Amino acid sequence: MPGLATSVERYSVVIAIGGVPVRVNTIDANFLEMLQDRYAGFVSAEGDAEFDFEVDLAAPAFPDPNADVSVTHRSGRWFMQRGDFHAEWEPATGTGRIRQSANPYSIDAVLRIVHTLVLAKQGGFLLHSASAIRNGKAFLFAGVSGAGKTTISRLAPADATLLTDEISYVRYKSEGYVAFGTPFTGELAKLGENTSAPVAALYLLAQGPENRIDPVAAPDAGRELLANMLFFAEDQEMVHWAFQAACDFVHRVPVYRLTFVPDARVWEMIG
Amino acid sequence: MNRKLYVARSPRIAARMLGEEMLVMSGQGSTLFTLNPTATILWQAADGATPLDEIVERRICAEFEVKPEDALRDAEALAEDLAKHGILVISEQPIASTPVVPQEQQQR
Repeated sequence: MPGLATSVERYSVVIAIGGVPVRVNTIDANFLEMLQDRYAGFVSAEGDAEFDFEVDLAAPAFPDPNADVSVTHRSGRWFMQRGDFHAEWEPATGTGRIRQSANPYSIDAVLRIVHTLVLAKQGGFLLHSASAIRNGKAFLFAGVSGAGKTTISRLAPADATLLTDEISYVRYKSEGYVAFGTPFTGELAKLGENTSAPVAALYLLAQGPENRIDPVAAPDAGRELLANMLFFAEDQEMVHWAFQAACDFVHRVPVYRLTFVPDARVWEMIG
Repeated sequence: MNRKLYVARSPRIAARMLGEEMLVMSGQGSTLFTLNPTATILWQAADGATPLDEIVERRICAEFEVKPEDALRDAEALAEDLAKHGILVISEQPIASTPVVPQEQQQR
């Protein structure tokens, strides 16, 4: 008897950040179009993905969009929750589900969390920092809001490739640490370039009366790196991984305090 | 009779020597601590099997010019403080296992 089953069109987009492809599936063509626009430059033409997420779109009826994010681990699944979304992810099967309204901010938060969890076990991390490539080397510029991430990004010379003005993506590979571009933007609202380079230095930003670079001792570097790492999970094992990643990083990568006046001459000291 | 105290590193923390400082991170609440030199010695010696007075005599009195009774009193206070922060475990009996070992400038 005809008419008992109806087919629902299913749309997919693969978003590859840091070389980790994540497929997002939806039945809403407008939402798909929004994702393709939001993550332009990071949309992979290849169909393969390490992780698959189904997005269930709901009316924006969650009670508190400003609530803190909660990330917990139970029975092999990660549960991520904020006022504007609920998400589950099972790393063993590579599958997950996100319930959110049709907005770009919720899925952006979920992607940041998932990448943070993926990176932690590999010795990498997301960092509150701008980053750019110059002369084939990546430089990170870390600092809290107002420290100068946007300013240093805006002052970058034409021969520098901006990876991000807000959230840097750092992976550990056998040859060392590599920084990747991200679509996670700050005040510049400009997507980073989807490229990568070995990390040459981490600069801790400070604005001052003159341009100068001072080495930072390992303990201070470790503390400041940890203070700027994105970390969501209330999970003991993940805390250990993040801590060890920060300690390994400052052991291998030079860390400096970059004090600068807000003009382009600061870049004469970098690269 | 003097009571014997045993101290062990909490399995709920991660620790690492960076330069000259011991950094300790609590798994709960992601709180970061920096141990002073005395606390670092105590932390490194806290194997759960060696009584605190022996640690004081062998490690702390050997390192610092301090009377053993004063050093023990200070070490007990320090151990209790570290235990309050979840960094050490204190017991009047030997403590079976301490799975977390500080990694000092390890190479990945």
